[in-house]
Amino acid sequence: MRLVEPFLEMIGGLKTTLFTIFEKPVTVQYPEEKRQVSKRYRGRHELKRYDNGLEKCIGCALCAAACPADAIFVESSENTDAQRYSPGERYASTYEINMLRCIYCGFCEDACPTEAIVLGDNYELTFTDRRDAIYTKDMLIVPAPKGGAPTPQVTQPGQFTRSVPAMQDPQD
Amino acid sequence: MPKSVNLIVDNVRVTVPEGTLVVDAAKRAGIDIPVFCYHPKMEPVGMCRQCLVEIGRPMFDRATGQPVLEADGSPKMQFMPKLETACTNPVSEGMVVLTATDKAKAGQKEILELLLTNHPLDCPICDKGGECPLQNLTMGHGPDASRFLFDEKQRQPKHVALGDLIFLDRERCIQCARCIRFQDKIAGEPVLGFYSRGRATDIVTFSEPGFDSIFSGNTTDICPVGALTTADFRFGARPWELKNAASVCTHCPVGCNLTFNVRREVKSGGGYVIKRALPRQNEQVNEIWLCDKGRFASYHYTELMGTFHAEDASRLSADASEFDARISRAAEKLSAAKSEALILAGGRLANEDLFNLKQLAGSLGAKIRFYTPMGGGEYTTRLGLSAGSNLGALGKGDTILVVASDLYNEAPLWFLRVKAAAQRGATLILATARATKLDEFATFVVRYPYGDEVETIKGLVGREKIGAALAAGSAGNLVVFYGSDGLGLQGSADLAAECASLLDGRASKANNGLVGVWSTPNAQGAWELGLSPADDGNLASELKGKTVYIVAADPAGDDPRLAEALQSAKSVIVQDILTTETTRLAEIVLPAAAYTEREGTYTSGERRVQRFYPAVPARPGTRPDFSITAAIAKKCGLELEARSALLVMNKLAASETAFAGLSYDRLSQVGDQWPEVGQGNLYYGGTSYQNTQGLGAHLSLATAAPVSSTASGKRPALKETELRFAKLIAVPVTKLYDQGTTMTPAALLNSHVGDASVSIHPAAAQKIGLSNGGQAVIKLNGVESEVKIRFDESIPASVVLVYRSFGLPISGPCAVEILANQTISADSKA
Repeated sequence: MRLVEPFLEMIGGLKTTLFTIFEKPVTVQYPEEKRQVSKRYRGRHELKRYDNGLEKCIGCALCAAACPADAIFVESSENTDAQRYSPGERYASTYEINMLRCIYCGFCEDACPTEAIVLGDNYELTFTDRRDAIYTKDMLIVPAPKGGAPTPQVTQPGQFTRSVPAMQDPQD
Repeated sequence: MPKSVNLIVDNVRVTVPEGTLVVDAAKRAGIDIPVFCYHPKMEPVGMCRQCLVEIGRPMFDRATGQPVLEADGSPKMQFMPKLETACTNPVSEGMVVLTATDKAKAGQKEILELLLTNHPLDCPICDKGGECPLQNLTMGHGPDASRFLFDEKQRQPKHVALGDLIFLDRERCIQCARCIRFQDKIAGEPVLGFYSRGRATDIVTFSEPGFDSIFSGNTTDICPVGALTTADFRFGARPWELKNAASVCTHCPVGCNLTFNVRREVKSGGGYVIKRALPRQNEQVNEIWLCDKGRFASYHYTELMGTFHAEDASRLSADASEFDARISRAAEKLSAAKSEALILAGGRLANEDLFNLKQLAGSLGAKIRFYTPMGGGEYTTRLGLSAGSNLGALGKGDTILVVASDLYNEAPLWFLRVKAAAQRGATLILATARATKLDEFATFVVRYPYGDEVETIKGLVGREKIGAALAAGSAGNLVVFYGSDGLGLQGSADLAAECASLLDGRASKANNGLVGVWSTPNAQGAWELGLSPADDGNLASELKGKTVYIVAADPAGDDPRLAEALQSAKSVIVQDILTTETTRLAEIVLPAAAYTEREGTYTSGERRVQRFYPAVPARPGTRPDFSITAAIAKKCGLELEARSALLVMNKLAASETAFAGLSYDRLSQVGDQWPEVGQGNLYYGGTSYQNTQGLGAHLSLATAAPVSSTASGKRPALKETELRFAKLIAVPVTKLYDQGTTMTPAALLNSHVGDASVSIHPAAAQKIGLSNGGQAVIKLNGVESEVKIRFDESIPASVVLVYRSFGLPISGPCAVEILANQTISADSKA
């Protein structure tokens, strides 16, 4: 009896360990292997484009106004048909996000009237210099999609007069 | 005093003068009734219907005329079956106004829904977004959803250039006609109008070139939507990102209060930049308006500071020790010269700068001269406007005399205020040699040949009606504006002396006085400090062999003869904010900070001292003028205040009687102003800034009899001088948009400036063989320059109008030769 009791207690103590041995492991071999982030994950921002390659961002700076950390800086300029970046009259000539300031709250997404700024799934942000933490427009903007042209584009007069498109309510 | 009327607005008892509109009465009680078309500075039109309220009036028995009483003894109220507009109904005794009942709220809500049926709701890209009455009132009073279909909105052109300064977005316009009414009634330049009807109603301009008005920028301030926006600020920034700095406009002696909007910008290398200038309310100076020159050209020149440094790179650097070395050299030269030094100060300098310069001159025993093209300040310091004066208070029974000045071009805001006073019933007497824009508003127009200014003023008193209006015994007030249209330093000083005699004995009264229409913002301040003017005739000879310290003046650029004289000076020290012809000749250049980069005060032509505040940081390597002067003085053994403008002002107030009692604290005081503007009152008074930084204060009048250094007292008329032999006489006149140093960097206005031109009567021109619009060579004061000829039938045939600040050397009337169809050969140019 004296010999068996401690042995049983040890088994009891190892119960969780023993059960876990037969479970599917949760450890991910990062960085070789990456875990799928959730659909609404808030990672590094991306500036989106329309299918024709025009930038969705119209430089309204509402994201900068909504930002509680004052991480976004926008300057806008005027589009012309000879040099068109986005539909409508206005585009962002400067767009900067300081990733050290950003708290990834997603208010910028909410504020955006054109769904141009979207928090993506990139969470791999490391910097060796504070200056490197400032992401400029060319770092944030996604490449032109297939079939679309990069900006600036030459467009027909009267073709892109609306800045804010008619949009569906967000589904997700 | 008008009768006062008692009424009740939303259970608040209000007492207002008879004739007040319900919307204003409510505003005075702190109750906001939403409005779009109504503006407190203009007559109501009741176009937008936004101000719907319930109005009840006491019921009267028709037979007896007695008020009908309720059972409890209170007067019975009769409400109209429908809602009424608060902006078109004047108050009446016992009136009850309900602004927040369900019925009134529903009415306001429906009007907003209707106004928004066609509005594009593109607030994200609209320059007005963030300071937009339509946005604010929709949030406050509007519906959260529209019953109209988005797809049925009308699509209109979005970027219609009304002129080159103002853009119209046709979709955003809600047809309130504020802009049209401003141009018609306030600016007196009716160049806008409605075209077509109903939903197709459109704002159009029918002037050529489009929106040809010098007050056009104000329409963007009072536009309650983003329909009218300015070209200089197009997509410049969002309003909430901007920092504000209060300042004073420096283009003319009016001293309009304005606010600079400042932002850091990547485009400009990350530095602070002024993005726009907006008027700041001062009902006693510029009300809530600003002329286009002040709005579009008041800050661009600071952008040139960079070129100042680049061009003089060998002589200038941001290095402080280099600056100190330069100051030491300047001090050495000045203290060696002692009384052989000559200080030349310009009218752009603040009171503090001039005070320090005056002290330096005093300690050196050197002469200090005020560099000005116009004289007579000895009279305006004694007979100018005094405390309590306000051009906005002039009206019936008062008299305004404007002599030898084209206020429209020389001081646009005085033009507005004088015009408004005339429309209120003041007698406006206009004595000018040529037709000006003010003619149509004048009660009496007196024309004289150029050169007869003094004689004309002498003769005015003898005239029956004009004499009565000017008579010293009359109860009304008298304000005399005199300018330098066709006059030089001496001519204008003589004119001032003559005008002064009209004001004898009444100048100590508020709203009575002599006002000089100077060309610089602080000329009055220079006169108040007792600086005597640099006589244009003798200046060249005075400069020879002297050690000259020139501050904020460009004599070499104004007159080639002065440039020559400067070359024969012993040494030339120049202190300025930009590279000028004079700094190019200088041995030592001292770069000064511009007025947007520092603090100080200006004295306006109305003798009001006003503060300006730093808007942007000073460019490296520059210092404020007063502190450069103080540094030089220190090396010369004189301790002056260099630390801050505030401390200089304290000393100035202690030692100059005119400035006695003034301090920065006093100048920063504000009082209640009507109408309310800015902040929460955007919808009411427009986007002009509320004045929280100070209304300024009047100087006290000098009591000593003026001793004029320039006025000769009995100067012969032009035709009796040596000029009588000249076939043609050139006279200097002022054009609003000129090629001044601070004006040219404002690229937006360049097309309004044009080439150097002279105006001549067609009859005189044909004799010489000139054609309208043709080129010719003009010989002025021994200098030949190429000019464009313009015909003008409204001017006398014997004169040629030469515009100042176009590079033509003219300081007073002089003989002129015009050679048609010639150009200056390359040899003589060199």
